[in-house]
Amino acid sequence: MSARPSVTGHITQVLAAIDASQPALSAFQHVAHDRALKRAAALDAAPVSSGALAGLAIALKDNIVARDLPTSAGSKILDGYVSPFDATVVERLEQAGAVIVGTTKCDEFAMGSSTDNCAYGPVHNPWDLSRTPGGSSGGAAAAVAAGLVPLALGSDTGGSIRQPAGLTGVVGVKPTYGRVSRYGLIAFASSLDQIGPLARTTREAAQVLEVISGHDPRDSTSATQPVPSFTAALSREVRGLKIGVPRHLLTGDIDGEVRAAFDAALDVARSLGAEVQDVALPHTPHAIAVYYLIATAEASANLARFDGVRYGARTSAADSLAAMYARSRSEGFGAEVKRRILLGTYVLSAGYYDAYYRKAQQVRTLIAQDYFRALESVDLIALPTSPVPAFRLGERVDDPLKMYLADVFTVGANLAGVPAVSVPCGFTRDSLPIGLQFIARPWDEVTMLRMADAYEAATPWHERRPAGGTWRIGGLE
Amino acid sequence: MAPKETHGFDADTMTRVATLARLDLTEAERQQFSAQLTTVLDYVAQLQTVDTTAVAATSHPLALPTAWREDSATPSLDHQAALANAPDADRAAGLFRVPRVIG
Repeated sequence: MSARPSVTGHITQVLAAIDASQPALSAFQHVAHDRALKRAAALDAAPVSSGALAGLAIALKDNIVARDLPTSAGSKILDGYVSPFDATVVERLEQAGAVIVGTTKCDEFAMGSSTDNCAYGPVHNPWDLSRTPGGSSGGAAAAVAAGLVPLALGSDTGGSIRQPAGLTGVVGVKPTYGRVSRYGLIAFASSLDQIGPLARTTREAAQVLEVISGHDPRDSTSATQPVPSFTAALSREVRGLKIGVPRHLLTGDIDGEVRAAFDAALDVARSLGAEVQDVALPHTPHAIAVYYLIATAEASANLARFDGVRYGARTSAADSLAAMYARSRSEGFGAEVKRRILLGTYVLSAGYYDAYYRKAQQVRTLIAQDYFRALESVDLIALPTSPVPAFRLGERVDDPLKMYLADVFTVGANLAGVPAVSVPCGFTRDSLPIGLQFIARPWDEVTMLRMADAYEAATPWHERRPAGGTWRIGGLE
Repeated sequence: MAPKETHGFDADTMTRVATLARLDLTEAERQQFSAQLTTVLDYVAQLQTVDTTAVAATSHPLALPTAWREDSATPSLDHQAALANAPDADRAAGLFRVPRVIG
């Protein structure tokens, strides 16, 4: 019998690399040295190594809770919060042998597209430290792109897994709504949020997705749909697959190099035997407007629980209960969260509900119907992940609407509930990664991941690595 | 249906909504958010051009069946664990503590 590699030795290296990367990247909110090493020792002591993810390091976005691990959701209002329970995805990852090495930074309550809104400071893109890694799962994407961890979990409400994956050159999956339990995910917008994996390759992402998917009685919106083997489906055979391209959306403010990379990616898909044709998503130009009404309305309700009573920070300057609520919330929440709570409260308030919230829900129906109709004639829809490559940190913080428009190609999949993946599809002249998105029918992650894996096998993009810095140590690549 | 006549996210709206949202804003925040949210409201006004006659509202993306379970008690969070994150609590009595409500 050959000796198993030491999980403790590997995890010790991973933790050292993360520590060394922090001054430059700031990808992690909390590095769980003790928890990870304890877990590694337990795996080493077990009589057999078992599980699909045995000994692999994984990082959680800082809005997914694990027992005894501090979770802040990027907010001062949860400073010091330590979860008394495990999210379902955490239970499943640990059952599969994975080792949680810490939490990665995100925009406050996942509200943002750049990590500029993280109360503990932004994350830096490993490809260019002056630029954003995207958001809100920016820390997760930066950690995987920098080679600190092979795997990370993020959450995607309007593109928060796919957009940072695209801007850092890694793979990010938003599963079908209901595929993965949200139990233990700090809620932002409950009808849109999904947890999903980020990884270097589609195969690794598929492996994680397989582990975390499936019904959970503790999340009544998690589906009873059977979970196929996502990895077994990666046959690389995509001949005859029909890919729809909504060309009418590819106008306006799309970056020239992003457009060129997208067109070249479609040529690769054709060369692999896929058929590319036009589809129409006529209501998608309204997707950002719909998204920001629905997401903020749901957020205003979900964030009502942060009131300084059961957990989180409480003001020291209030002598009545009502004043304590208002002061605690005002001291604890950052500007973007306050803006979204205000907008959400407004659109749900008497006299405005029908004109804004209900109207948005109706247009959401039309957007979703467009997707379902298009996906009757094609197997997949392709879009760039983001209209522009990574922008500079701080560049859009004073213009919330411009920040929102960064999500123009990603929010549709959340509104329709359909699955989507972002894979690397090229680089700009300045060596900034560009992402390509495949969107599939509900529950058909299999076809989407097969296409992404076949595309990846035919292209070199996922093999490029950022130049790196002092954190790069031997044996991790 | 058109929204009530408003002047974007004006000062009165801000006061009303901040009270509903339990937010205590500074004057600088009120002015900044008022301008930014007026821009956002102008942007989302585009939805009024979409014909939604007889279109059902989507509150949930996919038609999932209602989840049912037996109405029976199952193990849940331990009392002390539930109090562990409270900014103020009477742990011996098992209670969260808040500022006095009744004089």
